[in-house]
Amino acid sequence: MMKMLSDAGLEAVIGLEIHAQMLTETKIFCGCSTAFGAEPNTQTCPVCIGMPGVLPVLNRRVVEFAVKTGLAMNCRITPYSRFARKNYFYPDLPKGYQISQYELPICEKGHLDIHINGESRRIGITRIHMEEDAGKNIHQKDGSYVDLNRTGVPLLEIVTEPDIRTPQEAALFMKKLRAILRYLGVCDGNMEQGSLRCDANVSLRPAGSTGLGTKTEIKNINSFRFVEKALEYEIKRQVKVLRDGGDIIQETRLWDSETGTTNSMRSKEEAHDYRYFPEPDLVPLQIEEDWIKQIRETLPELPDQKMKRYQEEFGLPEYDCEILTEERPVAEWFERAVKAGGSPKAVSNWMMTDILRLMNETGTEITELRITPEMLASLIGLIEKGTISGKIAKMVFNDMYTTGKDPETIVQEKGLVQISDAGELEGTIQEILDAHPDEVGRLKAGDKKLIGFFVGQVMKATKGKANPKMVNEIIRKKIS
Amino acid sequence: MRISEGDVEHIARLARLELDPEERRRYTEQLSDILNYIDELNELDTSSVEPTSHVIPIKNVMRDDLPQPSLPLDEALGNAPQRKGNFYRVPRIID
Repeated sequence: MMKMLSDAGLEAVIGLEIHAQMLTETKIFCGCSTAFGAEPNTQTCPVCIGMPGVLPVLNRRVVEFAVKTGLAMNCRITPYSRFARKNYFYPDLPKGYQISQYELPICEKGHLDIHINGESRRIGITRIHMEEDAGKNIHQKDGSYVDLNRTGVPLLEIVTEPDIRTPQEAALFMKKLRAILRYLGVCDGNMEQGSLRCDANVSLRPAGSTGLGTKTEIKNINSFRFVEKALEYEIKRQVKVLRDGGDIIQETRLWDSETGTTNSMRSKEEAHDYRYFPEPDLVPLQIEEDWIKQIRETLPELPDQKMKRYQEEFGLPEYDCEILTEERPVAEWFERAVKAGGSPKAVSNWMMTDILRLMNETGTEITELRITPEMLASLIGLIEKGTISGKIAKMVFNDMYTTGKDPETIVQEKGLVQISDAGELEGTIQEILDAHPDEVGRLKAGDKKLIGFFVGQVMKATKGKANPKMVNEIIRKKIS
Repeated sequence: MRISEGDVEHIARLARLELDPEERRRYTEQLSDILNYIDELNELDTSSVEPTSHVIPIKNVMRDDLPQPSLPLDEALGNAPQRKGNFYRVPRIID
């Protein structure tokens, strides 16, 4: 795809518009529950189903979440903000308008940095605003069925500048954004369930130029792995249209994950005439410095800050840091293990391999594992003190996973303590040397790789409990 | 005329209103009168007046994030012209 673009002397210009359902208990303008999966139309009230004469009242936590997100994305928090009505008719929008924000959004002019091929790329955030979600329509042959439980669930709309140049960058941006939203506890980031949605604007222009070509908007990117795929398809499609001498038509296109294509929605243009005006039922919002300061103090250490700290404080490679900091519970698990005395590099190694593998294989969250960070720290301690060998440690680890017992108990119960007693080892080694006179001869003649053979034999004889370093030394001594 | 019959037709369609030719002509006239009156108001110098988006001088009215009981299902669906099971039923929407 990238070659196709550069061959044509073009570059892609991509901007994203993201909707994130906020993790509040109640809806944005009424006290109805936002819990997912309730029976249809059981979480509605006169406010969210648009009965005449009712008045919306703003949920304070929605504002806190919006400010929190804005601060985490380096935005300016607008001191004076208000809501607006976006007017259109659709059965999932019972009032005939959506309460949103228009010319005075709560956050503006932020940015996020993404890391690609060892370089940092800054993606501008144009704005973040608060709005209400619409309901859900289910289409059947005999009609459409409407469930208004989702109507009024609070959303954050996050709009980026057209700073993104490749589908890969778009996917990295979404990953970063999702990580931050999850760290903040603002959104669960589940694209399949629709609590995080991403629309993309895409256009092409001659590489290196600054104008903007005609764009298309891609909707319905309903899974994380489709962000990249949908954009790749759309860029290829646009290159082909231009190469064949055609023009790009400004339109909305739906991503179809079954066919892997985007298809025109052919909606009437006038449907986009929303006639925004200030929402008279809600009073303006004036966000004082004090409140912003209070919210800033609740910000957790974010993935980028953690990554930097892990590199500086623990000397861990960038790749490890990225994986360890992607999810807050994983990062906190790591930090707890280090706090319990595990050396950071060893903890990281165990986590990057065995812990993450177990999580993936069993579909378990790190907090649900029977192995605690403290247990991993003591396992590492046992290896470092020479109580058990690395090989035995793997066995102990598997036992910890299935039984939830701490490593000391397992080592004791199973008699796995490493044999570091020179006298005891020497006896065993002598027996093995005596049993293999040919190999001893070849080793003495200079065939050094036979050392490995003998170490292996000793480990076998001691069921892996021999201290490999000592075994090595004793064999060398005996041969020379 | 400050507004054309075409504009009125467009607005009517957005508001899902069906106008006969006589109504369209009359509303065009009336809406133009309103716009002309606004033009008259615009002659006032308001450069030193803060724009108003709300007539009541209050701000920051918010509630805590605490769940309240929702409507019983039968009441919620009570006004629906058509209901099926737990759902509102509407004419099939073609996207």
